[in-house]
Amino acid sequence: MGKLRRTMMYVPGNNPGMIKDAHIFGSDSIMFDLEDSVSVKEKDAARFLVYNALKTIDYEGVETVVRVNGLDTPYGKEDFEAIVRAKPNIIRLPKTEKPEDVLEADKLISKIEDEAGIPSGTVKLMAAIESALGIINSYEIAKASPRLVAIAIGAEDFVTDMKTTRSLDGVEILVARSQVLLAARAAGIYALDTVFSDVNDEEGFINEVKLAKQLGFDGKSVINPRQIEPVHQIYTPTQNEIEKSIRVLEAIEEAERKGSGVISLDGKMIDGPIVDRARRVIDLAIVTGVYVEEEGEGIA
Amino acid sequence: MLKNALGREIPEKIDGIGELKLYQGPFEYEPSGRRFGRKISKVLPGQSKLLNSLENVINEIGMKDGMTISFHHHFRDGDYIVNMVIDMLAKRGIKDLRLASSSLSNIHEPLIEHIKNGVITRIETSGLRGPLADEISNGLMDIPVIIRSHGGRARAIEAGELAIDVAFLGVPSSDAYGNANGYEGKSICGSLGYAKVDAQFADTVVLITDNLVDYPNVPASIHQTDVDYVVQVDAIGNPKGIVSGATRYTRNPRELLIAKYGAQVIETSGYFIDGFSMQSGSGGASLAVARFLKDKMIEKNIKAQFILGGITGQYVEMLKENLVEKLYDTQSFDLIAARSIGENASHYEIDASFYANPHNKGCAVNQLDIVILSALEVDTQFNVNVITGSDGVIRGASGGHCDTAAGAKLTMVVAPLIRGRIPTILDRVNTVITPGNTIDVLVTDRGIAINPLRKDLLDRFKNTKLPLFSIEELKEKAEQLTGKPEPIEFGEKIVGLVEYRDGTIIDVIRQVK
Amino acid sequence: MEIVKVGMAGTMESSDAIVTIEPNTDSGIQIYLQSSVEKQFGNQIRSVITETLRALDVDHGIVRVNDKGALDCVIRARVQTAVLRASDGGQFNWKEED
Repeated sequence: MGKLRRTMMYVPGNNPGMIKDAHIFGSDSIMFDLEDSVSVKEKDAARFLVYNALKTIDYEGVETVVRVNGLDTPYGKEDFEAIVRAKPNIIRLPKTEKPEDVLEADKLISKIEDEAGIPSGTVKLMAAIESALGIINSYEIAKASPRLVAIAIGAEDFVTDMKTTRSLDGVEILVARSQVLLAARAAGIYALDTVFSDVNDEEGFINEVKLAKQLGFDGKSVINPRQIEPVHQIYTPTQNEIEKSIRVLEAIEEAERKGSGVISLDGKMIDGPIVDRARRVIDLAIVTGVYVEEEGEGIA
Repeated sequence: MLKNALGREIPEKIDGIGELKLYQGPFEYEPSGRRFGRKISKVLPGQSKLLNSLENVINEIGMKDGMTISFHHHFRDGDYIVNMVIDMLAKRGIKDLRLASSSLSNIHEPLIEHIKNGVITRIETSGLRGPLADEISNGLMDIPVIIRSHGGRARAIEAGELAIDVAFLGVPSSDAYGNANGYEGKSICGSLGYAKVDAQFADTVVLITDNLVDYPNVPASIHQTDVDYVVQVDAIGNPKGIVSGATRYTRNPRELLIAKYGAQVIETSGYFIDGFSMQSGSGGASLAVARFLKDKMIEKNIKAQFILGGITGQYVEMLKENLVEKLYDTQSFDLIAARSIGENASHYEIDASFYANPHNKGCAVNQLDIVILSALEVDTQFNVNVITGSDGVIRGASGGHCDTAAGAKLTMVVAPLIRGRIPTILDRVNTVITPGNTIDVLVTDRGIAINPLRKDLLDRFKNTKLPLFSIEELKEKAEQLTGKPEPIEFGEKIVGLVEYRDGTIIDVIRQVK
Repeated sequence: MEIVKVGMAGTMESSDAIVTIEPNTDSGIQIYLQSSVEKQFGNQIRSVITETLRALDVDHGIVRVNDKGALDCVIRARVQTAVLRASDGGQFNWKEED
């Protein structure tokens, strides 16, 4: 089971009150933002703040991500110079449109890692895709660099590019979401869903998370600690799912022991994909703590 | 100077107060003597108690220098009574008063002048806030303020240590013969729990109301048999400052996180069973714990026998939903609770002695399973400070903190691990209000510490997924982020004496530098 | 780095600090600190300011800090930002941090 990235919480980069302990709310990752949440006049201040915070504060193993300004802006280059040296787990590229964007960032990170004596490949990359062109190029982007661990869809910019607005059922971004997912799965990396900006609309948020999970996303960006728990709940396997998966895996073991070819459970044939899915449910149940594997059981 | 059981230096005596008793432990002190009795007087048939002005009341009483006058704090920051009465007494040239209000707050800033002019020379209260608290911390008074818990104040009154000459009690409704309650009128406050004690023990009782109603005003919280005078004024308080409309649940993520841990601790503690009882403070995190517990009660079909203390609208709601059988209310925190006490027979008004006096024949806190309390500071011995800020300045109240902590089976303190840059956990709190051996669990946003005295709880929590640490580890965690604070410096002058609920001195508050 | 004009950074929010740095007509560094946690952390904050200025080779300047309980790393960031803003197009040498 790879790392959980169910929730990545935004933390505005120029807000000391939030930066000091953003990790305590239980999100799988925290993302310090130097980009859209920071005004042009405060880019330098946010950069120094996030740099110093990452250098000194112990985030107790929670994955740290920094969203930098694009390399096509006046701030991008210096953001990289500072942030790579502060060694977050991941640098998140905004508004990625083509594989060259990733390659350029990759090269720059390599150069800084080299200068600073940081082992090559320490700082990973993640690309946010937020435009029509980016969506079209998503597979090329997703496989552009081994440093890239995830791609995310950024819906706010995307819908503007598409000359529309966001709706609760998300019909306007369905194709883009699917495209990002296809690209991520084909490239073997994580796919993360966009933010839901109305913090007080709990029902709308839950519906959107359910949709994202059903589509296949690994997780969602969140903008408030209150959004974390609902996502984790939705991404936690139910007891029913766990029990069913255990029975599938037991049936498989049983069949392997007997050496029988065709396996069935409750009159239904169990094939490869069903077994894979059952394994994934159990893996997720174990890492989320809702299922404790008993010693010697070894079904997963 | 002598050291008490917590190692705090306490003087043997204080000029103007007398000899002090050293705190020995939460239940060590043995009371003796008899209950205090007020002067006996007579009221003749046909005699009226209703006077047409506060001026006339004061004429009738024959106020003298050096008297002890008492007030209640049910009107909180909306209170007009204390300032109104003291202003009038000051105009009469009365001096050297001992002011015993059940608590004082921001609105009582004008008292500063009266202290400077010698009108007031002693104060006994549960709490102090705002400019008055600042001035007192800076050495305004020659005789230290006595800080008492709610239970401790009731005890001191019943024991005669706080003998009240005149109680001036603001009441939201009264008839002309002195039957009063707190839930009718334009300035309602709900329970009159603190005032009820004063009414029974003061030599002279004056009711001040802005809502004179027909006789008999029943059911009454304060009875005609205890009342000497009734007077009507335009307003006893500002309704906006007396109670808020409805206490809202917090949306602060940090408080919610603390509350989530708090509810999980209670759920795991063994005390969360059908028929349990609880009390919570009115702070954001404490109330949110109750909110999360409510969900768990519904989920597990668990009902509470009673909820005690400061009652809020949330608890009234739980009463209506049959999640709790009875509410015991010494102080109503919002308008919903204030109204409910007059409407629901199961919402029961109790006085401060019934609530928490350690020296009656058994107070309500003794029956309490769970209490959730707040803290300004906690030390590695689990001692709690809720009276002085990190700068040493008085800015809080003793309240029912040490009373409920002593009584409850599970005392949980909830607080953020860090406020701004100030760590909550210290080697030594600035002022002890509640002794550490009556605190069982500290819940913060960064982890939970169980008092090692509670080995049973440590065992019970061993295999949970809760973020458990020793209190020293939590302190270390905070200091990694903030750095180690330098201890603040105090002057020599003692500005406050902190009485434990049994009347012994648990700590002193010194002048800030 | 030379302080040639007034540079300011930070906010009055809790956990933050406003740092202002300006040229000093006398030589040397003068620090004026106002802090909500003066009693507990005043000395620590002053030493962080001094160290940060030294690392930036600032030898002369008047520094005013209004602190609302900022952590050391925040003070450092605000001082760095203010100094860069007060310099004549000065660049922070990230390589020196390696």
